[in-house]
Order: sequence, then structure tokens, then C-alpha cells
Amino acid sequence: MYQHTRINSSNFNIFQKFKNFDYILLACILLLGFISLATMYSTDGGKILFHTKSHFIKLVVFTIMMLIFSFINIKYWFFIGYFSYIVVIGLLIWTYLFGVTSSGSQRWIDLYFINLQPSELMKIFIILCLAKYFHRMRLENVNSVYTILTSLIIILLPMGLVIVQPDLGTSLLIAISGIAVLWFAGINHKYFIYTMLGFVISLPFIIAFLKPYQKLRVLTFLNPDRDPLGAGYQIIQSKIAVGSGGIFGKGFLKGTQSYLEFLPEKHTDFIFTLFSEEFGFVGSFILLLIYTIIIYRIVAIGASSRSYFGKIFCYSFGAAIFVYITINMSMVLGLLPIVGSPLPIMSYGGSSMLATMIGFGIVMSARVHNQQSIA
Amino acid sequence: MISSSSENVTKLNSINRRMFITGSLKFFVMIGLVSRLFFLQVKENKKYLTLSDKNRIREWKLPPVRGEFHDYFGNVIAGNYEAYQLHVIPEEVEDFRYVVYRLKDLLNLSDKEFKKVLKKKNEIKPWETLIISDNLNWSNFSKINNHLYDLNGVKPVISISRNYPFKDNFTHVLGYVSQANESDIENTEIIKKNFVPGLKVGKVGLEKSLEEKLIGSNDIERYEVNAYGRRISQLEFQKGEKGKTLRLTLDTEVQKLANELLKDKAGSICVMDIYTGSIIAMHSSPSFDPNLFVFGISQDDWQIIRNNPMKPLVNKTLQGNYSPGSTIKPIVALSALENGIIGTNFTVNCTGKTEMYGQTYHCWKKKGHGFVSLRNAMKQSCDTYFYEIARKLGVDKLSETAKKFGLGKEVFGDLFNIEKRGLVPNTQWKKNALGKGWLLGETMITGIGQGYIQTTPIQLCLMTAQIANGGFKIYPHIIVDENKESPEDKYTKLFKDAKNIRIVQDAMFGSTNEVMGTSYRSRINDPKYQFAGKTGTAQVKKITERDRELDLKTFEIPYEERDHALYIAFGPYKHPRYALSIIVEHGGNGSTTAAPMAKKLFKLIIDRHELRDSISSKKYMDI
Repeated sequence: MYQHTRINSSNFNIFQKFKNFDYILLACILLLGFISLATMYSTDGGKILFHTKSHFIKLVVFTIMMLIFSFINIKYWFFIGYFSYIVVIGLLIWTYLFGVTSSGSQRWIDLYFINLQPSELMKIFIILCLAKYFHRMRLENVNSVYTILTSLIIILLPMGLVIVQPDLGTSLLIAISGIAVLWFAGINHKYFIYTMLGFVISLPFIIAFLKPYQKLRVLTFLNPDRDPLGAGYQIIQSKIAVGSGGIFGKGFLKGTQSYLEFLPEKHTDFIFTLFSEEFGFVGSFILLLIYTIIIYRIVAIGASSRSYFGKIFCYSFGAAIFVYITINMSMVLGLLPIVGSPLPIMSYGGSSMLATMIGFGIVMSARVHNQQSIA
Repeated sequence: MISSSSENVTKLNSINRRMFITGSLKFFVMIGLVSRLFFLQVKENKKYLTLSDKNRIREWKLPPVRGEFHDYFGNVIAGNYEAYQLHVIPEEVEDFRYVVYRLKDLLNLSDKEFKKVLKKKNEIKPWETLIISDNLNWSNFSKINNHLYDLNGVKPVISISRNYPFKDNFTHVLGYVSQANESDIENTEIIKKNFVPGLKVGKVGLEKSLEEKLIGSNDIERYEVNAYGRRISQLEFQKGEKGKTLRLTLDTEVQKLANELLKDKAGSICVMDIYTGSIIAMHSSPSFDPNLFVFGISQDDWQIIRNNPMKPLVNKTLQGNYSPGSTIKPIVALSALENGIIGTNFTVNCTGKTEMYGQTYHCWKKKGHGFVSLRNAMKQSCDTYFYEIARKLGVDKLSETAKKFGLGKEVFGDLFNIEKRGLVPNTQWKKNALGKGWLLGETMITGIGQGYIQTTPIQLCLMTAQIANGGFKIYPHIIVDENKESPEDKYTKLFKDAKNIRIVQDAMFGSTNEVMGTSYRSRINDPKYQFAGKTGTAQVKKITERDRELDLKTFEIPYEERDHALYIAFGPYKHPRYALSIIVEHGGNGSTTAAPMAKKLFKLIIDRHELRDSISSKKYMDI
């Protein structure tokens, strides 16, 4: 199993692993963590309160966890690919049966010390699972009916379990994660185009099946002013906050929109709004730059990875992260309807951060073990 | 287990190609996001900044402080006082029920008032101010202050409110203020602009017509608020301006005397400076206490005022249309002289009645006055004489003179919107209004101030003043306004020959100061106070032959059928300065009811003349 390993595991020690680390990526993640902490501090009104403390603890714990994960050989990640997927599916079923209900949807499992949201984990493990599925597959088999059906089932199963929670946003993000893998695995681009067309054509029917609040969101997105104090409120207030930030922002802890509680969900989905109001165009640009560097590094690690599994995981994860960021920001800036989607690392929420950090951990592991090939 | 290398290469080629496609897609999307950010934060920044300020800054307006009214001597006749109020902010009260029951005990609130408070509480937001009581007396206010330790969240507040210290003395001139209602807000721009809940605005009188000057402007507090409208911090306090304080030409002492003289009677007294047109006093009786209206009048008080048969709500000085009776005679005489119809030596034989086209016209004196000249006819108020000269004069010429001297149109212009014009009839008027031709008999009764002719007390006062000042036009006013330019035609001559004015003045002197004169009993001999006047008795209903036979005393006639008593006068006779008109509704006889009031009034007015003069000349001394 090790005949292709260039470096013998005996001389591939901790020191060399450290040397192999992507310090730019690590630095960007830590910087992002720091920014998110400062923003969280601002959402608490300039005091160290519950959200700040909790966010800090999670950040520390999960960063350490990420570092530990990066020392785990990539082949072990390959090894647990299917298994982890099945475990998370199990957790989703558990959530469906015994989950904690909060604000109308049953998304969480009570683990006594933390409320876990398995759907967030699925965003990573579906990539892991599909990456393993396509790792050994010959290119001509990729487009076989059997493969496509199997991978669609792998995607649709968790989606269905998440939709019933109900949580449309996360299920879409899971689907996007999965589709990213299919794309990189080399499934004929015609299928993507046909699917897209099919989606557009069936859109009216989909809308007919949406729940009333989801319909409202779509309608509101199309015209936020139709109900400025009701459904359109979030979009309008968010745009006001971002727009009033100007070039340099209102200054740290001085965002009136968020401080005076005009902003909804400012800890979670709308964290970027608060950041953007306080730090302005320049701050937002820098934040976007940090994200861009992170994505670039992830893709670069994928490119340098010797194993196909490592490559496909990194590319897909990079694409998924990119989509999360884009969707979150587009929503906040009024370009997309409101769907619950956190901004990676920035948003408050343990499960989302855990999933992202696991993803970074695997990417880092692919970097550290980039010469590892997987049989 | 190992894939062939060629297979690997194609697979890697595929994934790398797609990676590049994805990468460039990402690039464009990022550009899109950045440009959206640029659009919102740089290009549209101004718009969103305004929106954000609109979001967070809210204004609270406080009621403006109303301008005051002062009398000529600077006494406050409508001022502001500190009203003790009790405010509660429900949110700040721990146990609202306890506090509110405690307050009910302390203030002895009736169940009705108590329910009103609870109802109001349910209508407002918990952080808005609930006014438990808007006008506490001192003892309750201090009681609350003593119990504050146990009334968490209760705030005793001192707020500014309207006060009329002279109660019913100035009611009809000033009017009163009360809570602004919807039509006030809709119809008056300045009220709309300054409106805050609890704003009090003028409802009638000068308070209403001078609203724009009096209202002042709001204090404005700007607060930063959160999304729920709760105040976070005060950003700015913009002090409003107090309304303009207006000085009136009125003399409180004279006004008070007028009120006293007309006590329990219905009527009006007004006094005017014959040169400047300043109103010294203007009172309509019965009056009422305007303070009752400030915080909303109680139903019981309102019923008392509304149902009073003497109609306290009517400002009789301006709104009362009365037949002038004999008080019109100076104008009739003047008109006859001016038009050359008669001379001073023209005499008429009064036999007590005169026949005309089968109609009998009676003089008030049954036995008749015998041969009377103009002077004697005025002095004794001989009706027969005036029938005769009116007949010779004709109603059109008479109305011309009467109008010149101020009858038949509003004295104050549009200062008081309630003021009546009165009516000076002529042939044209009758044709237009009634569609009938003028009858000679109507001219005759117009000559003694009966029939169609109607005047308001203020018009009679102006008429008298313009006779007294030698026949020059004046413009009555009630507000001291040093900057106001006097109208161009002020002091224009109203006569053709000054001699005629003097003849009428002299006749009026005789009427008051000589034996047989109708107001002889009310005369003052001291030349300092000596005045000249003309009595009048206006019939309310036509006197029938039966009435004439019965010849009842005034007190024997039912109140509503008694004659109105009138009196006009000016003084001091040697150097006239003031003119007055008095009307007592259903007062019986001008010489017995109205003229004695003039005597008391002139005493006071002339005594106060020096003081008044010293004030009006003061401004020159200051320079």
C-alpha cells in the first residue's frame, strides 16, 4: 500500500509535517478568526458577552482540532469517506426523530454541551464521500447511468432529510457541495446544462410547492418595498446598513443600524452587514480578499496534491466555500432572496464552524501529505 | 489496483480543465460582488446614509410656550402658569396596578376618571408618557411628592399652561384656549406645523384670530432610537421660541368696572379713545371664566353656560345687532344739518303723535313737547321732531351719513371673524334684499332708530367718538402695535361744515347737563368729568294701543319684552377724549338704566387718563 510513497513514513516526522504546512492559508484562517471575533464583540454592543465568549471558545477549540486533523494522513480521510457519510446520515435521521426544535424547524441534536446541527456537517462529508466514490473511477465510467444514479442518490438522500426539517437553504448548499464534486469528477457538461434548463422550466412548479414563508421570501426579493416592515424588512435594513457604511465605514463599534437593533440575525446570517457598516467598502474589500486568498490556497493545494482524491476534495471544497460566501453576501447585499446560509467562520454557529474547520483540516492534511498517493 | 498512467493523465486533464473554468467563474463572481459593494457603499452611499439617519433619529416636539396678553399698563391678562401634572411611564413602573391604585387613593380619583386613565394606558406604548392628571392642585401635588418613595416610576412634572388671572373680565375680547381638535389642525397651517398632542390653541376671540403670533414654536428634542422606537440617547435639544407677547389698549380697571356694572345683566359696554381709536374697555355681559376651558370644560359647567338665557357665549359688543333707538338721533340731526334740510332755528310742534297716510306715529311723551327746536328735540329726545326731519331728509341721505360715521360695516375689519356688520337701510337695499319699494313711514321710524336699522355697540361707540373728535375718521384698534402705520385716510373730515358737528355736540351736552335733558340725573357738574351723551330706548316688540293704555312700568313687563336701554356719551365735554356706548338688554329705559353707568365710568376713565397719558408719552422720553 505504501509503494508509491516517496517519503518513507519513518522519516516523514512531525517536523517535516510542520514544514509542509500552508502557512498562508493558516494565517488567513487565523486572521479571519480574529476579524470574526472583533465583529462578534461589536454585535454584543462592545462588551464581552455570551456570543463573543462562545465564539472565542469555539474558534480556539476548532482551530486546534483543525491543526490536529491536518496531521492525520490523507489516506485515513479517504478511508472514512463512506463511513462518515453514513454516520451523518444517521445523525440526520436522529434529528428527524428526536431533534431539538427551535423557531419552527427541527435541526439540532442536543449533545448536552453543544447543540449539533448535522446538516452543516453534511456539507463537508458529502464532498468526502463523493470524492472517494469518484477517486478510483475510470473516466469512461463516470458518465454511466449507474454512476450518475448512485451519486444522485448520495446527494438527494441528505437533501431530503434536511428539507423536511425544514431547512431549504442548507439542503441547497448540500446539493451544491455534491454537484461541485460531480462537476470536477468529469460528468458530461451537457448534463449540467440540461439540469439547469430543467430547473428553470420547472421553477414555477417548484414555487407552487414552496411553503408560504418561502414564497414570501422570493416575492420579497423581487420587490423588497412591497412590505417594508414585514418580509422586506431584513433586505431593506441590511442594504441601508451596508450602503450607509460608505468607503471607510462608520468605525468599529459605531454601526448605528446594528447597534440600534435594526438588523435582524446580526450574529449569524447578517454578520457581514454589520462588518460592512462599520468598516465600509475598504474593510469589505479586504475581507473578500482574505476569502479569495483562502480559496486560492485551497485550490492550489488541490493542484499540488498527488492523489486524485486530494485534488477532487480540495477543488470541490474550494468551490463549495466560494458558493457559501457568494450566496451569503448576495443575500445580504440584496442580490438573492433570503436563504439561511452562514458566512464561513464569520457567522456565529458552532456546527457551521466545525464543518468548515474539518474541511480546512482535510485540505491542510492534503497539503501536508501532498506526496501521498492513495491506492 | 493501480490505474494505468494514460488513464490518469486524461482524468487529471479533465479535472484541471474544469478547475480553470471554475476559477475564472469565481473571478467574475467576485468582481460582481465587489462592484455591488461599490455601488451600495460608494455610489449610493448618500441615499443610504440618509435612510440610516431617518431610521435612528426621531424627533419629539414639545408644546410651544404661548405668547401672553398684557393690558395697556403691562398687567398680564392672559399668561402662562406652571401647571402641576402627574406623568407615569408604564414601562418604568414595576407594579403598575399597585401604583395606579395608590394614586387613586391619594388623589381621590373618581371611578370615571380612574377608568379613563386605565383606558389611556392601554392605548399608548409602554415607554410613552401617560398623563394621570394634567392640572393638580398644590396640596395633591405636594402629597404625591411626599409619597414618591412608594410610587416608583411616577413623575410629578411642572408644565406650562394658559391662565387668565382676571377670569371673566376679558373673556369676550381674548376668548380662550383649549385642546386643538381635528378641524383646528386641518384649517390652520400654523397649528398643523406646531401640533403636538396636548397642544392648546385659541378657540374664539383674539386667542383665535392672533393664533399665528401667539403660538410660538416647538421645543424639539432629537433622540437616537432603536428599531423598537425606544429612546437611546438625546442628540440635540432645539429650544423653541415663545409666542409673541401682545399688549392691548385695554385698561383692566375700566374693564373690571364695566363687568361690575353689567353684573347680572345682559349687555355691553365699550369705551374708546376718540383720537387714537384705542379701545379702553370692551365688555359683554354675562361673561364666564375662560379658565374652565383650558383643560376641557366639564359637562356640568358647559350646560350652565350654554343654557343661560342671557347667552354668555355671544360677544354682544361685536355680535349684537340692536336697534339703536334714540342714540341714532345725533346722526339724523347731523345729516339734516349737513344736507341743508334744516337750520338751528327749525322748529316742530310736538303734540305727542303725528299722522301720516293714516298711520299714527307716537312720541315717547304722550302729552307732547310743544314747539321744539333741534337742540331741545335732542335734549328731550323728541320723536316727533325726528320723524319730521327724517321725512324731509329721506333715508338715502341719512344712510350716507350714518355709513360715513362707521355704521353698517365691521369696525375691526377681519380681526374678529364673528363681528356683525349691522344694517343701515336705504331704498336700494330694500329693493335688493326684500324686493319691495321703500315706504315713507319706514324713513320716519328709521329717524328714531327703529325699523330695519341695526347697529352693534362697537359701531355706536365709534360713531360717538367720531362726533366727539370733531368729525374726523379714526380706526379703532385693540392691539398696541408701534410699528403699524396708520391708514392714510385717518383723520379725514367726515363733515362738510364743522359748525354742524358743534351743534350736535352742544345738543348732546344739553341732553346730559341741562334740566329736562333725558340723562340729566346722571350728569357730573365738575368740568373735569363733565360729559355729553344721548340716551336710547330700543323697542323689542311693536307697542300696541293696548300697551299704550296700560303704560306698564318696566318691572311689570316680562323680561324678554322689555326695551333695550342704550346710552352713548363722550367726555370730558370741554376737551373730549373718550367716547363710550352702553347697552343693557331688556334694561327698560336708557336714561334710568344705562346713563348712570356712564357717570361711574367717566369718573374712573378720566381719573386714569393721566396715568395712561404718561405711558403713551413714555416712549418718547426713552429716546
